Amino acid sequence: AKLSGLQKSSFSVTDPLTPYKDVTSYNNFYEFDTDKSSPAQMAGTLNTRPWTVAVEGEVKRPKVYDIEDLLKLVPLEERIYRLRCVEGWSMVIPWVGFSLSELIKQVEPTGNAKFVEFTTLHDPKQFPGQRSGVLDWPYVEGLRIDEAMNPLTLMAVGLYGEVLPNQNGAPVRLVVPWKYGFKSAKSIVKIRFVSKPTNSSWMKANPREYGFFANVNPNVDHPRWSQAKERRIGEFFKRETLMYNGYGDQVARMYAGLDLKKYF
Amino acid sequence: MKFFPALKALVFLACLIPLARLGWFGYTSQLGANPIELITRSTGTWTLVFLMITLGVTPLRKLTGWSWLIKLRRMLGLYAFFYVCLHFTTYIWLDQFFDPQTIYKDIIKRPFITVGFAAFLLLIPLAVTSTNKMVKRLGGKRWQQLHRLVYIIATFGVIHYWWLVKKDITQPVIYAIVLSVLLGYRALVWLRKTKSANLSSSHSKPMLKPSQQNS
Repeated sequence: AKLSGLQKSSFSVTDPLTPYKDVTSYNNFYEFDTDKSSPAQMAGTLNTRPWTVAVEGEVKRPKVYDIEDLLKLVPLEERIYRLRCVEGWSMVIPWVGFSLSELIKQVEPTGNAKFVEFTTLHDPKQFPGQRSGVLDWPYVEGLRIDEAMNPLTLMAVGLYGEVLPNQNGAPVRLVVPWKYGFKSAKSIVKIRFVSKPTNSSWMKANPREYGFFANVNPNVDHPRWSQAKERRIGEFFKRETLMYNGYGDQVARMYAGLDLKKYF
Repeated sequence: MKFFPALKALVFLACLIPLARLGWFGYTSQLGANPIELITRSTGTWTLVFLMITLGVTPLRKLTGWSWLIKLRRMLGLYAFFYVCLHFTTYIWLDQFFDPQTIYKDIIKRPFITVGFAAFLLLIPLAVTSTNKMVKRLGGKRWQQLHRLVYIIATFGVIHYWWLVKKDITQPVIYAIVLSVLLGYRALVWLRKTKSANLSSSHSKPMLKPSQQNS
């Protein structure tokens, strides 16, 4: 289904777009399966209506949002972002969504809200991959509150001008373009404001390999492979990976003075 | 066996199916969003499969009594080498595009590449000495000793796979189990052999000198 009346965004990059077919058929979505072609084939088991997102924790106005209300919260924008996977490949995707900060403003976080935690739907009937113990379900990810408030941080509800396909994290997912893709939780049912950093699913799975920040950084390798280069899907030659995935102007100041090797 | 030459030709062609499949996928643009990854994975997988099949020849021959199986082993082993060459070429050509610095760093720094590269290097002498001429030149016993390297090579191959997966180790575990069975069989045979050798040598003493028993 088409999404209409989309606003253009100044955050969009001008890189050529990754074809729709590749964006929607090459997905890491362990809730379905651990290989990348299965999510597109299995996505029919996920039912995205009715759907609610509970916003709770350290906020003055907790609220359970119906997905239809979220779609109308603010005018939707199209934002063309780079996506860099921790595995060493990347895409350029025209997302549709709104800044997470718009939602955060509505619920008014308290002074104790230092971090934000995102939880993916946990339902092995809809997500057959959750029957395996490959990750600690439900999938949980977290951001520092300033990262969550950064205008780049997007709640995506669509791509290529259409409603988000299930395999891409429908009906609503996070997109944090300067971090590795796994930080961007999909099919979100809960957003919780907390005082302590989240121990995310990937941190629990392997704390030595996956850290809380997971900022794209060509100078800090994954323990088992280099992060200096990436293969842009559709391109033959690998390209150099950019610091903060090329979003340094918008985000570098948040990490001033932080030892990025230690806080990877 | 009368039909053996035909059977051998059939197996030879069947072993080319994985490559033909990749070619067909390429021709019909079915290699997916990340073709280089798919080719790397596929050639790596088939290397492991052919190593396992090659290691399966001896146990299967002993269990079934089909002695002609041994005559296929060299070809199957060479197919393992063939697919690892494709795997390695994909890596240095398509994946790294002959960037010596990156390749060198990869081999030194990344354990899964180190162990995979070691397995590849170790397989080369086995391929080189696979001809009848080389068997004669080395002598059967030395040749066999050299070719026992394949136990290490297959183990390295499984470790290579195990260390590269991000989280879901189902597939490498399957290979590890198959390899354990194949190597376990050999260990059992070896144990039984040494045991019976010991037994017969201890039994033989009184048998040889019956006069001592009387005294």
